[in-house]
Parts: sequence; C-alpha cells; structure tokens
Amino acid sequence: MSESLVLLGIIIAASSGVPGLLLRRTSMSGQWVTTFLAVLGAALGLGGVVWFWATGESHPIVLQWSLPGAEFSVAIDGLSAIFLVPVFLISLLGNIYGLGYWKQTEHPQNGRKLRLFYGTMTAGMALLVIAQNSILFLFGWEIMALSAFFLVTTEDNEKEVRETGWIYLVATHVATLCLFALFAVLHAANGSFTLGPLNPETLRPGAATAIFVLALVGFGIKAGIMPLHIWLPSAHAMAPSHVSAMMSGVLIKMGIYGLVRITSFLPHPPREWGILLLGLGVASGVLGVAFAIGQHDLKRLLAYHSIENIGIIVMGLGLALIGRSLDRADWIILGLGGALLHVWNHALFKALLFLSAGSVIHAAHTREIDRLGGLAKVMPRTSLCFLVGAVAICGLPPLNGFVSEFLIYLGLFGTLVNGEGTSFAGASFAVPALALIGALALACFVKVYGAVFLGTARSEHARHAHESPPSMLGPMGVLVACCFLIGLAPLLIAPILQEGVSAWAPNLKDAGPRLATLAPLEWITSMGLLLNLAVLLGGVVLWMRLGRGVVEEGVTWGCGYVAPTPRMQYTSSSFAQMLVGMFGWVLRPRTHHPKDLPLFPPETYFHSEVPDVVLDVVVLPTFRFGAWLFSWCRVFQHGNIQTYLLYIFLALIALLLWR
Amino acid sequence: MVPLLDPLLIVALTLNFVALGVSRIRGVINAVALQGVLLGILALFVHPAIGTRVILLVAVTVGLKGFVIPRYLVHALREANIQEEVKPGVGSFMGSLLLGAVGTGLAMVFSDTLPLAEQHKHLLLVPASLATVWTGFLMLTTRKRAIMQVLGYLLLENGIFMFGLLLLEATPFLVEVGILLDLFTGVFVMAIIIHHISREFASTSTEHLTELKG
Amino acid sequence: METIFHDAVHVLLALGLPPLLLGLIAKTKALFAGRVGPPVLQPYYDLIKLFQKGSVFSTTTTWVFRAGPVVGLVTAVIAVLMIPLAGATAPLSFTGDFVLLAYLLGLGRFFTASAALDTGSPFEGMGAAREVTFACLAEPAFFLGMLVLAKLSGSLQLADMLGSSLASHWTADGESLVLVLLSWFIILLAENSRIPFDDPNTHLELTMIHEVMVLDHGGPAFGMILYGAALKLFVFGALVVRLAFPMTGGSPWLDWPIFVGGMLVVAVAIGVVESIMARLRMTHVPVLLVAACLLSGFGIILLVR
Repeated sequence: MSESLVLLGIIIAASSGVPGLLLRRTSMSGQWVTTFLAVLGAALGLGGVVWFWATGESHPIVLQWSLPGAEFSVAIDGLSAIFLVPVFLISLLGNIYGLGYWKQTEHPQNGRKLRLFYGTMTAGMALLVIAQNSILFLFGWEIMALSAFFLVTTEDNEKEVRETGWIYLVATHVATLCLFALFAVLHAANGSFTLGPLNPETLRPGAATAIFVLALVGFGIKAGIMPLHIWLPSAHAMAPSHVSAMMSGVLIKMGIYGLVRITSFLPHPPREWGILLLGLGVASGVLGVAFAIGQHDLKRLLAYHSIENIGIIVMGLGLALIGRSLDRADWIILGLGGALLHVWNHALFKALLFLSAGSVIHAAHTREIDRLGGLAKVMPRTSLCFLVGAVAICGLPPLNGFVSEFLIYLGLFGTLVNGEGTSFAGASFAVPALALIGALALACFVKVYGAVFLGTARSEHARHAHESPPSMLGPMGVLVACCFLIGLAPLLIAPILQEGVSAWAPNLKDAGPRLATLAPLEWITSMGLLLNLAVLLGGVVLWMRLGRGVVEEGVTWGCGYVAPTPRMQYTSSSFAQMLVGMFGWVLRPRTHHPKDLPLFPPETYFHSEVPDVVLDVVVLPTFRFGAWLFSWCRVFQHGNIQTYLLYIFLALIALLLWR
Repeated sequence: MVPLLDPLLIVALTLNFVALGVSRIRGVINAVALQGVLLGILALFVHPAIGTRVILLVAVTVGLKGFVIPRYLVHALREANIQEEVKPGVGSFMGSLLLGAVGTGLAMVFSDTLPLAEQHKHLLLVPASLATVWTGFLMLTTRKRAIMQVLGYLLLENGIFMFGLLLLEATPFLVEVGILLDLFTGVFVMAIIIHHISREFASTSTEHLTELKG
Repeated sequence: METIFHDAVHVLLALGLPPLLLGLIAKTKALFAGRVGPPVLQPYYDLIKLFQKGSVFSTTTTWVFRAGPVVGLVTAVIAVLMIPLAGATAPLSFTGDFVLLAYLLGLGRFFTASAALDTGSPFEGMGAAREVTFACLAEPAFFLGMLVLAKLSGSLQLADMLGSSLASHWTADGESLVLVLLSWFIILLAENSRIPFDDPNTHLELTMIHEVMVLDHGGPAFGMILYGAALKLFVFGALVVRLAFPMTGGSPWLDWPIFVGGMLVVAVAIGVVESIMARLRMTHVPVLLVAACLLSGFGIILLVR
C-alpha cells in the first residue's frame, strides 16, 4: 500500500508540469494547475511514507521491464522512508513558494519549463530512493540530474548561468560514469542487477575496495564532498531560489543516500574506510565553512554551507562505518542516527534559508550582501524566518541543528570511552574539528544576518524593499515550525531514526541499544522548553522594567559619532577579514586595491573575492591542459568528406577482420 | 626513570612552541636558553649513578647552554643593531605553530614504530627529541633572519642532545662532550657569519645572500 | 531533602556570588596599582543603579537589539545551573551536558553579536567581528580539554568528569590535567574579555572586543549584560576551580567553603594577571588561543599514546 501511494505520488509529480505546457504562457492558470498537481503528488508520497511508518510493513512492487537485466522493482524500507520525506516535503513547499516567487506572468519565457522540470526532478529523486534494481536506480538518477541541469539554467539568457550549467553537466556526468562502473562491478560481484547486500564469501577484497571507491567518487560528486564540490557553489547561486532550496536540501542528499546504501551492502568494511570518510567529512566541514565566510554573494555563501553540512553528515557516516568494522553498536547508532537526522535537519533549515534569501532577492533585486542591510525593518517576517534558519544551521539550542550535532558528539566522545568493546581514540580528534565548524558557522551567520537584515540599508533597492506575499511566507513558516518541532521533541523522531539504522545494519534491528537510551533526548526537550520559557520570561521582565522607566529614541551613539552613514557600517568582507586571513593559505583571496596613488587621488575602487580554489587552481587548468593535449587530434577533423568516407570504410574492414 | 622526567620533558616541549610563537627575539633566546638548562638538569635524572663527573657535566651543560651562548647571542643582537621584532617567514606565526604541532603529533605516533631497546620503548624522551629536532628544523627553514636560524640550530642540537641522553649508560662521557663541542663550534661559526653579513649588507636577512650568486 | 537543600544553595550562590568576583578583580588591580580602588561590593551597587535608570534606544535598532541582553543573560543563568559547584551534582545534569553548555554560551554570543550589528555602527561591528573570530579558536580548546576529562573519568556527564575521582587522576596523569588547567585558564581570560585578550577598562577602538559590542546599551539592558558577563565569568571560573581543587570532602560543610575560597582565589589570580601583563597586539591573540588548543591537544595525546 505504501509503495503504491508513493508510486502514484511520483507519477502525478512527474506529470504535474505537463498541463502547464498546454495552457497559455501569459496566464496564471497553468501555474495554479501545476501547483495543485504537484502538491497532490507530494501529499500522496508523504502519505505513503507515513503509512509505512504506521504499519511497518513493506510490500515490494515488481513489474517486468523490457530492458535486459532490468526490472521495475521498488520497495520502501527504513532508510528510503527517511530520504523520501525531504523529497516530497520540500517539493511541496517549493511549489507553493513558486506561486509568489516565480509568477508565470512575470516570467513567461521560462516559468513553465521550470515547473515541468521541478516535477520531474522530484519524481526522479523519489524513484531512485525506492529503487531495488540498479538500472531503475540509474534511470531515476539521470532523470534527476538532467532535470536539475534544466532547472539550473532556467535563466539561460545570462552568460554566467550558461557557464554554470556546463560545469554542473560535466560534474554530474562524471558522477554518472562512476555509477555505471560501480553497478557493473556490483553486477560482477552479485550476479544480478538487484540492489542488495553482498555475500561475504564470494566477495573479493579488490572488488569491495573498487565498489567503495567508485561509490565515494560518484556519490561524492553529487553530494558535494570536498574536493569534488566544484559544481555546487555556482549552481546553487545561479538557480532560482526555490530550485536552490530543492537542490541544496534534497538533491545533494541523494548522493548521501547512495553512499549510505552502498556501504550497507559491504559486509566487512576495514577500519580505514571509516577513517577516510571521517577525514573527508572533517575536511569538507571545515573548508566548506571557511569558503563560506569569504563569500559576499548571499546564495553562494549558503551553497558553501551545504558543503559544510554534508561534511558533518559524512562524519557521522564515517563514525558508523568505524563502528561496524570494530563491532561497536553504540557508535553505529549514534553516528548514523546523527547523520540521518542531520539529513532531515539540513533539508529543513537550508530550504528555509534559501526561501528567505529568495524572498530578499525578490524584494531587493540583488544577491550582493553588501548592497543590502536594514531589511528587518521592512521585511520583519522574512527576517524572523531567516533568523530561525541561521540559529538552526549553527547548531544552537533549542532548534534541530543542535540535536543532530549532539548525537554525533556523543558518538565521537564514545570512541574514547572504553565501553563494552574496543576504543579508537583517533576518531575523537574529529571533536575539536566539529567544534571549530560550529564556531565558524556561527561567525558566518552572524555576518550574514547582520549585514543583510540589521543596520541600515546600503543601497536604494534595499531601502525600497517590501515584504513577501503569503504564498512565499507560508512555506517558510511551515519550515520554521518543523525546525522547532524537531529541536524541542526529538523523541518523536527517535523511532524513525532507529528504523533507518536497522535498515543499514540489520543485525541491530532487535538486538543492540535503542537510540533513546544512548542519548538523553528527553533532557533535550526539557532544556529546550526551559530555554524558551526563560527567554520569554526575561523578555517580559525587561519590557516591564522599560515601561517603568524613561525610554527615548535617538541616533546610534557609537562612541560619539554624531552623523553615521550606511557606508560606515561593517560590511560582510570586513567582518570576515580576520577569519579569511587565518584561512588564507587555502582560500587564496584575490584583492584589487589601488596602488601608487598620487597626493590628490582620483576616484578608485577596492574589490576582494574568494574564488573556488579547487575549481580555479586544479580543475580548470587540468581541463585546459587536456584541451591543449588533445588539440593534436584536430588533425583528423579537416572537413574533407572523402576522407571521412575513407574512415568509415577503414572501420568496416577493421570490424570484419576483428571477428 | 624518575617520575619527574616526564613533566620536565613536557615543559621542554612547551618551550619549543614558545620559541615558535613569541614575537621578540629576546623571548626566543630566553626560551632556548631555558630549554638548555632544563636538559642539563634532565641529565641528572637520566644517569643512574650521580658522581662528581656527572655533576661536572651537568654544570658545564647548564652553564654553556643556559648562560654563555645566550649572552653571546644577546651581544651579537646589540652589535649588529638588529631589530627586536621577528617577522614571520612562512605565513603567520599560526602556520609555524600548527606545523610544529603536526610534527610533534607525528613524532609521538612515529616513535612507537621505531626499533628501540626494550627499556626505551615507552619513554617520552624519544618523541620529545624528535619533536625538538623537527621544531629546530622548522625554525631554520622558515625564518629569514640569520640570528633566528642560529636559534633554530640550537633547538636542533637540543633535540639531538635529548636523544643522546638515551645512550648515557652505554658511553658515559663521550656523547655529551662530543655534542657540546659540536654545539660550541657551530655557534662560533654562525656568530662570525652574522657579523660578516651585517657588516656587508647592513642587515641580517639571509635573503641578501642570493646577491652573491656568480 | 538533601538534594533540594543542595540545589537551593547552588542556585543562591550561583546567582549571588558573580558580581563579587568582578569587584574582587577590580580591587586586586587597584591594590597592585597602589590605589584604594572601588569597594568590593561596587558591582552590586552598579547593577541596582542600572536597573533603575531609563534607556535610550537607537532608531536603527530592531527587536534583536532588545533581545541580545535577554538571551545573553538567560543562557548564562542556565549554564550556571549545569556546572557542578561543590559536591557531586548540579541541578541540571545529564549525559553530554557539556555540549549543551558550550552551545548555550554560543547562542548567547550569537545574539550579543547580532545586537551589536543591529546598531549600524562600525565600532560595534568591529567588536562583533573580533568576538566571533576568537570564539572559533576557543571552542576547540574547550572541547579538547573535555576529551581529556572524558577519557580519564569514562563518563560524559560534567558531574562525573569533575567529580571525586579527579583527585586520583591528578596523581596518576597529573601532566595532562595541568595542561588542561592552563588551557582552560587561557580560555577563561579569552571568553570573559580579560587581559591579555581585551581590556575591560578601555574604550579605545584599537583594544575593544566585548566592551565595544555593548556600547549602545544602557539602563536595565546594560544591567542585564553586566550581570550576564559576571555569570559567564562564574561558569568558567567554576570549571577551573573544580579542575584544580577536586572535591573529595564529601560533607557539604567542607565542600562549599572550599569552592567559594577557590573562586575568590581565581578572581585574585585574574586580577594579578591583568595587573602584570599588557594587552596582546590584536594579530597575536589568535596565536595565544592556538597555543591553548595545543596545550589541551597535548594533554589528550599524552593520555592516548
């Protein structure tokens, strides 16, 4: 029943954009129909997942398919259910958001295309999560990847968007190539294209390593693990905001899903794999947030934060893998539980942040943080939503980010303490790294929130911004409520996480500790409620005390400056200057500052930016070198038809001889 | 080994980081001198029998490393009119500190894999000496001023001295005297070089030596 | 009954003692400088005066500016209830509570820095930028110290980590604990904006971090900030005292006086450090914080070698 509901949801979501294509491009009716269908499809999908959790039964659906080796077999288990929820939820909220943000009447040339591919992307992601056959998985994966390409290049009339699209396309096809190789090796090891655990007796260690490495590279590119993240920042910056929310919140989690699935198939992972994942997670986390600090484009900054959070998720996964190789159930449960919860949390607060950012961009028509400012006064509700998202992403109590980081902390600290098994102290060095990530994220979001919403407006656009319509505020409100819910009541989610972990490590399904006993989740609830109540109480006390005394208004004192101007405020680059300097060895910021000024200097400018190091220093030069290297091939491409016919004749002779 | 060995070695290791991180040359000289004094006292604890020869050795080490050589370096500072401020060579001080930390950590891990004699296996002495050698090497290569390179050389010799303490039982005097002589010659030569560089170029930055290329 | 009495004393001491520490630090500095200085109870008089004053709010600010002091105070109060002061436990204690402690203080920092940016003045922005930057280096040092305590005590609850077993660990693994103690003292100075990180008495832009973030607050809001800062000092001081003087008395009549005496010693020590050192140059502050990280890191490496 749950699988059929989800499949129905997939079909409706996939076809949600089609009626829009048939209706007129200058009216809103197409958008209304599409949004209705998309919401219906997502609701059906969510209903299917809830049914699965309520009944706990899974009835795989198997249909015949004409492709050799392939069969249409789908099933939901604990792991798929966890990944299905963000897919449908963010798609639902994004479509409603699009009603106000990307109105058909304002964007007649690309609105219908956007909604069509939004639906197909949702369908592709949901399909790959429930697929039980490699070919079906690849089918869903490619639908998702190509839809995402068309979504990223929605505004393809701009050169930057086109370039971003090409980088994204190359990256995703490299990933798909790795996946082809991966599934080929899996087929050789397994004997069929069914996705299932590998037999430890027949598995050769070389094959296991090949599977792990291919999965890491292929899914890592999609997930955005450093240094494979090169497509992420620009793609998320150039796409429309609700597309970025979907991509950042859900698409990159599909890479995580693939990694989690494949690692669940490998029977005896050596400890080094877990250490490698932990190390990559630390690197992605720290470097991701370091790059984010240097950005001054609002959406690029948020995209780099996605890399950081993927790093945290991979850290949890690495810990779980170490736990599996050293046979420590508590590390598996805490590590994987924390990682899966962070998948949800990140989908929620990143989507919230991107939707709020979209609201800001929609009102102020710019993505530059240093052209915004003072928006909290003209857009109070958006600013509140962004604040909740910012507090959540920093992992601060009482919101949801804290709960998943808490679980991972407990798991990492557990590697030191000698429980019932071995200890592995090396993993505990990820703890200061996680603390550093949290502190850097806090620095970055204070910068963003302060520069965008607080202070005074730095440009005309920001001065004349307006609040967003309810169609945009509604989805943000829902996400805010979800953040608070998971932050204050994590015990509700614990059984869902336990199901997911049991799907990954089936031996822990009935034996082994429960998540609720390993982590004091009820204390988190009570402390969160205490914090909220205390803040409210403190606010009431201050308000009453202020009411009793004299309250005046005036200009900011600021140590006696009587004429502050908006340009005097701290900008985002000045706020981040010290941190960018500390990480300068990896960030390599580029500055243009005026040199050799005469005594009465003319007007000049200063510019600083932090480009993506891996892209600019490693990937692009390598591709340019490859282009130069292969330029000698051009000798074969001279346009002479007779010679081309000769090539065909030679190829024919070669094939005849080869047989 | 006396239980006081470990704390003294930890103080010596901390002095490595002080030498890497402090910004005044006088401070670095004090750190290296203090480390030398500490190592002299350490020899007291490592040696099984404490006789007049050991006490003489300790006195000579402490006197040379802790007083004579630093006095001479401070004298050279004043002679050459060197600025008191250290400008970091590689990146900021943080970079050198972090590299020093990485090196120390690796030394701790690496020393377990070395083929040591049974009684030396779990001592802090071997990792500490490797870490000090690494710190000295780091200072030698990342600091541009000649006087800082002398101090790096002194740290390097301190590290080798620590390692030599292990062989104390096997070859009682030879090792120490040999090391001290080596040290003395090195510092002597370096001081002469500093004097000549400053006289020739009016500065003690070794970057100017590249002008001597043919 | 016993625990209710214990918790009541904990709450009273935790809420009542902190301003006295500020007064004691000021008195120590005055005595070092050859002055008489303000009375030791001066911070209490200041708080009472501030709560009765009126306020001026800038037109640039929003509700975030009013929320900053409230969140800072509330997080400090909850933090103070989570630290075991004297005896075996604290009113709020559970597995992994130190993670919540660190992140609660982070929440306070977030809102204080945001309130500073709300004024739209470059001074406050500068203070906020420096504050969050230095916090990035202080957090890992704190957690590294926690790693040492977790490894030694085998538990993840602050009450056990700083509990009575610590006395035996001082004799066995004293070196690691000394390193952690030094590191935590440096973090105490950093997080509470004391010399050598920040000068609490200055108002020069070159030297301000915490003081400048609260330039525009006045009246009751500033009173909340002052009290919150005193509580934060109490939190870090209590960690240092518990680490340095393991409570093995067992009887509350012995433990509480030892604890209060330890806190006064810590306050005097801070006053002495402030009097004999000068403020570090701003670019050298990260170096000292990295040194604190390395000290704790050394502590844990020595344990797991």
